Amino acid sequence: MMDPTRIWTRVHPLQWLLIVLLLAYPALSSDFFTFQIGAYSLILGTIALSLMMLGGLGGMVSLAQLTVAGLAAYLVAIFGENSVGVLGLGWPWWVTCLVAVFVAAVFSAFVGAISVRTEGIYTIMITLAIAVAFFFLVRQNYVLFNGWTGFAGLEPPTLFGIYWRDPAPFYYLSLAVAALFYGAVVYCSRSPFGLALQAIRDNPRRMHALGFNVAAHRVTAYFLAGIIAGTAGVLLAWFNGRISPGSVGVDVAIDILVIAVIGGMRHPVGPFAGAVVFVLLQNFAIDLIDRERFNTVIGLVFFLVVLFSPDGLLGIWSELRSRFQQSRQSRFHSRRSSNESETFDSVGASQSSH
Amino acid sequence: MGRLFGKHPVWAVTILLVAAVLIWLIFAVWPEWLVNVIGRKKTFVNTLINGLTLAGLYFLVASGFTLIFGLMRNVNLAHGAMYLLGAYIGYEVAEASGNWFLGLVVAFLAVALFGVLMQVLIFRRMEGDDLRQTMVTIAISIIAADLMLAVWTGTTYQFTPPEWLFGAVTLPIVSVIKSSGDAVFIKYPVYRLAVFFLAVAVGIALWVFLNRTRIGMMIRAGVNDRDMLSASGVNIQLVFMLVFGIGAGLAGLAGVVGGTALSVAPGEDLRYLLASLVVVIVGGLGSISGAAVGALIIGLAEQFGLAYFPTYGVVFTFLIMVLVLAVRPQGIMGGRG
Repeated sequence: MMDPTRIWTRVHPLQWLLIVLLLAYPALSSDFFTFQIGAYSLILGTIALSLMMLGGLGGMVSLAQLTVAGLAAYLVAIFGENSVGVLGLGWPWWVTCLVAVFVAAVFSAFVGAISVRTEGIYTIMITLAIAVAFFFLVRQNYVLFNGWTGFAGLEPPTLFGIYWRDPAPFYYLSLAVAALFYGAVVYCSRSPFGLALQAIRDNPRRMHALGFNVAAHRVTAYFLAGIIAGTAGVLLAWFNGRISPGSVGVDVAIDILVIAVIGGMRHPVGPFAGAVVFVLLQNFAIDLIDRERFNTVIGLVFFLVVLFSPDGLLGIWSELRSRFQQSRQSRFHSRRSSNESETFDSVGASQSSH
Repeated sequence: MGRLFGKHPVWAVTILLVAAVLIWLIFAVWPEWLVNVIGRKKTFVNTLINGLTLAGLYFLVASGFTLIFGLMRNVNLAHGAMYLLGAYIGYEVAEASGNWFLGLVVAFLAVALFGVLMQVLIFRRMEGDDLRQTMVTIAISIIAADLMLAVWTGTTYQFTPPEWLFGAVTLPIVSVIKSSGDAVFIKYPVYRLAVFFLAVAVGIALWVFLNRTRIGMMIRAGVNDRDMLSASGVNIQLVFMLVFGIGAGLAGLAGVVGGTALSVAPGEDLRYLLASLVVVIVGGLGSISGAAVGALIIGLAEQFGLAYFPTYGVVFTFLIMVLVLAVRPQGIMGGRG
């Protein structure tokens, strides 16, 4: 496809700076910032990335991606080891992880199979109903999910003499997973499958007429997004050390949507940008106003973003960039039409990958 | 009825048989073997009536939801928040004035006003963009839930309905014959029966309003073709405001009615949002009769699930939804696909 040597020149200097910063981050910050802010943002960003893949590429806004991640986390507790004394089958960690992610992905595909038969706005309703139903199920069911209390004592394995829940190792683990899936989504968006998916998003009837199996593409997208969300769910279980109905509640499921929308769903970098903003707000907005009113703040931010910048931070970014370029150009060309910035949006949207 | 027999003889016979069995189950004194199989008759009849009253409540909430969607294609996910807002406002008014009915009316009007404001200030800005509208309603429900928590805290509130709605009534249904030969009749709270009849009354009123009045005619025309309706000289924005007001008001009304039957507390908004979602998905989005059918199915399923399979009640509701989506994606009464 592309010449591998060219990749060094293709990456923008600012992007190199970002990569170096991300790698050096644990050395530059305290344990709290590495673990609670850095790793947590990466995990939430990865879950939101799975939503971006469905919503941004496939046009299917699912509220059940957190439920998929939560299911994987529950499976880690059920098949692996926990300190509650309910289930905890004690399988080897790698079998547990593989099974958890796979079952979560199958569940995600099942969610997709239910909702692809209907169009557009139904998806958000059906997936919301599934998320609420899962929350009530795990809360009421004690045989499998240990009800209200859930599971505690979930630990990542100690490998190569490193305890992976220490801040720096866990940060790098999260970063590796996030980078892997970031690359995978970028690759997917350019692959024939990803292109077909985006075409289906824009015009399902035409794609159907061209002989593409619309439903199969959508369900496959759900399966792939389920792998992303499931892996992030395993990390989430290790991060919290526990999983309970509160972690799979609807408010959290909606937080994932908020993250993806604040960041922007046009490009895989959006969810991570949104996650950083969200986690920073969550930790520091309470210093500005009453501790209890965090939801009002995040709700207002979400509200303003939806109302004024449907493409989120990415939309604001590209808007600013086009304004900047415009003002530079206007020194050479005395007059330019001011509509330039509007047309940029629609062009930048379809080829926002650099 | 005759036509039904002519067209679908198998269905008609099945429906008749089920109805006959149901009537027998309700009115007959159960023989020993039946009690051994499915438990006491009292449980069954109580569950059945509980299911009906819950269905009534669900219909009150979901009818507003489906009305708004039918005309404006707006999935109002703040509907649960409106329910809770209506409950709190109704509670405050009823406590302050000592009149429960005043609380009911004020809750309807206040939440209707809230809905009209939302339509005028927010949704008009993004007409035709379903997804953005839905996200805005999510944002509103987050903010509203948090602000309501700030004002009314996490306390559970309990309404005091008027005297004559209190207490229980004896139904003409025999539960068991005692060894002495006396029949024991089943008792049931009056208020819950009232909820069911209120729901039926609201359903009939909505039907008359939509099918027998001039404004209802405009709304139905708008459901079929919005542009054509506004082209023929109707101020469609006024119609939108009216429908949004009625739909939101119904949520507020349901808040008082449901809050009295159970209680008012944070988190109830979510419960009734889920109920409305499932009810309209099962019944068919945008159709009032669909909301009635969906509410009946979900209300009964939930109560029977709760009584006979306690920990898996939710799964029951969910399975019904999946089944309907698999067989008939547009819902039982949904016309458009």
